[in-house]
Amino acid sequence: MAQGDYIELHQKRHGRRLDYEERKRKKEARQVHKRSKQAQNSIGIKGKMIAKKNYAEKAQMKKTLKMHEESSSRRKADEDVQEGAVPAYLLDRENTTRAKVLSNTIKQKRKEKAGKWEVPLPKVRPVAEDEMFRVIRSGKRKTKQWKRMVTKATFVGPGFTRKPPKYERFIRPSGLRFTKAHVTHPELRCTFCLEIIGIKKNPNGPMYTSLGVMTRGTIIEVNVSELGLVTPAGKVVWGKYAQVTNNPENDGCINAVLLV
Amino acid sequence: MAMNTVMCLLTDAEGTPLGSAMYIPHNAGHLQLINLVNTFLNNEEKLSYSFYVSDEELLVSVGTYMERNSVSVENVLKIVYRQQAVFRIRPVYRCSQTISDVHEGEILCVSFSPDGKQLASGSGDKTVRLWDLNTETPMFTCKGHKEHVLAVAWSPDAKCLVSGDRDGKVCCWDPSKGELLGNALSGHKKWICGIAWEPAHLSYPSRRFVTCGKDGDARIWDFTLKRTLIVLSGHTRAVTCVKWGGDGTIYTGSQDSTIRMWEITQQGQGILKHILRDHAGWVNSLSLSTEYVLRTGAFDHTRQVTCSDEEMKKIALERYIKAKGKVDSPERLVSGSDDFTIILWEPSVSLQPKQKMVTTARVTGHQQLVNHVYFSPNGQWIASASFDKSVKLWDGVTGKFITAFRGHANCVYQISWSPDSRMLLSCSKDSTLKVWDIGTKKLKHDLPGHKDEVWAVDWSPDGEKVASGGLDKDLKLWKG
Repeated sequence: MAQGDYIELHQKRHGRRLDYEERKRKKEARQVHKRSKQAQNSIGIKGKMIAKKNYAEKAQMKKTLKMHEESSSRRKADEDVQEGAVPAYLLDRENTTRAKVLSNTIKQKRKEKAGKWEVPLPKVRPVAEDEMFRVIRSGKRKTKQWKRMVTKATFVGPGFTRKPPKYERFIRPSGLRFTKAHVTHPELRCTFCLEIIGIKKNPNGPMYTSLGVMTRGTIIEVNVSELGLVTPAGKVVWGKYAQVTNNPENDGCINAVLLV
Repeated sequence: MAMNTVMCLLTDAEGTPLGSAMYIPHNAGHLQLINLVNTFLNNEEKLSYSFYVSDEELLVSVGTYMERNSVSVENVLKIVYRQQAVFRIRPVYRCSQTISDVHEGEILCVSFSPDGKQLASGSGDKTVRLWDLNTETPMFTCKGHKEHVLAVAWSPDAKCLVSGDRDGKVCCWDPSKGELLGNALSGHKKWICGIAWEPAHLSYPSRRFVTCGKDGDARIWDFTLKRTLIVLSGHTRAVTCVKWGGDGTIYTGSQDSTIRMWEITQQGQGILKHILRDHAGWVNSLSLSTEYVLRTGAFDHTRQVTCSDEEMKKIALERYIKAKGKVDSPERLVSGSDDFTIILWEPSVSLQPKQKMVTTARVTGHQQLVNHVYFSPNGQWIASASFDKSVKLWDGVTGKFITAFRGHANCVYQISWSPDSRMLLSCSKDSTLKVWDIGTKKLKHDLPGHKDEVWAVDWSPDGEKVASGGLDKDLKLWKG
């Protein structure tokens, strides 16, 4: 029989010692002191390990105690309800909070400085100069190459007169000049044929803006008086910006989307 | 030789002619016309009237008007007369008192008692405060709510005050002592949007009031029993406003864009009478043509001494009938909504809107949501405040657009009328209040002074004072 079995066999046959329960209880009570003595007197790595284990136990115990405490008592309502009191008619509306509004204005100012605006086509393929201009040879022997002809759609104002042909460097052929654009309202989804008032900005460069070249992504100003828009102050709106969405030199017409 | 008589027909606002067409001398002006109307109506005291020809006020003599507008002498000139209030309220232009640091939270609602003696304000610091108007100092602080107080309402007999908070709890107060009567009544599951009392001519002293909340229910409570009597459920979304009409119908407007009319039967049950469905967006605000009279009950601009209950009830009934116009003319209801429109209804006559004050011509309608609509105390005009920074004035009977008051720099939140219906007060997000004159259709006074958005404004029923409060936690009292 195995060693422990003899002990068990004896316990079965004769029972335990009469003071067994008493002794057990007292021994367990002494464990606390023994454990603490051990923890206080151990040195070296052993001491550290014991300390670490005890600390972990203590932290866990604290957490469980706190958890129990929470459920048993009823607390008073939180005092912190005062934030953000709004009248009933504003409650369901998402009003931007103060901080947000201020930072909105700051963001707006930064954007204005940087010159970046929210447009339907934020990035367009850059157009190279040799794609935009064609070299025109001039002179008796056709050796001079300082003239350029624009190969993209352009807009010249109503009062445009050419410079004297001898001196004009950039030729804008009349076949590529446009006065009207087909502008789509993004929300109403209908298209109007509106007159162009001017070119605001060409993303490829300020030179193209001043020349009046319209490529994809150019911001143009169109005459919207026929749409009958009114500002909240009661004034009639007659000019709005739109962004060109197609390649006019390929299609023969200018399609744009209105920037509302 | 020029004709020196003009053929005119005097009619009242609803179109009934006064006598037949008659010849009036060329140089008949305002005073002569007033005399004429007074004699025709056999008025004992001379009442003041204002005259309108095709919706424009007639300020010059009849003859000059004809010349200016080149109206043919052969046509009968229709002159509409409107009674103006006999008394005149002084316009408020100065801030008599700024009470800061009393309310610790933003002021969400202010309301004068119907007799004009007390002022109650509800705030984000969970208290309702009662103010002494003689000394302009705080009188009582009523603590009992555990959340922001969103709405306060006085009973028409000025003896009871009820407030609703963000938790859905309703507290009843004794305004003479500032004490909470009973406990906070619970019932609504979400915040309370509005409170309305039963009119004084239906029950005096006032006992029942109805509250509406975000949970979509309207509940009718009894003030003395302190419990819910009836629950009117049916709306699918939050009920934003509730009004108790003079004929006993309760109107509730809701975010589900319908207005429901409820009735209380003899057995004490609440049944749905009709649903008015014409809006396309949240219904933000309702107003009845007799609203001012229902709110003030038997009190008017003179601070009357109280008499017995029966007499007060009779007086309230008389005032109500006078405000309605004729005995059988229906109460009109106007509703302002998030879909930028205002609709005028005559609910007892038909379920279809009488007039839609809509963006028919782009310039006349509102460009942003309408936050507050309010009938003038004499029921002749409707004013609407909108987030498009304008206040618009409409005819109270036909719903036609009259004029727009522009001047605010930001959303207009609430409006309040002076008791003589001659002036209109509006408060706005741009921290100013503006007093508009209805006669000249212009800005009368600008009342700056608040440091932040103004959320609540009220003109006392005796016309002496105006109270305003908002985000900056100051309560300002303004005087004429």
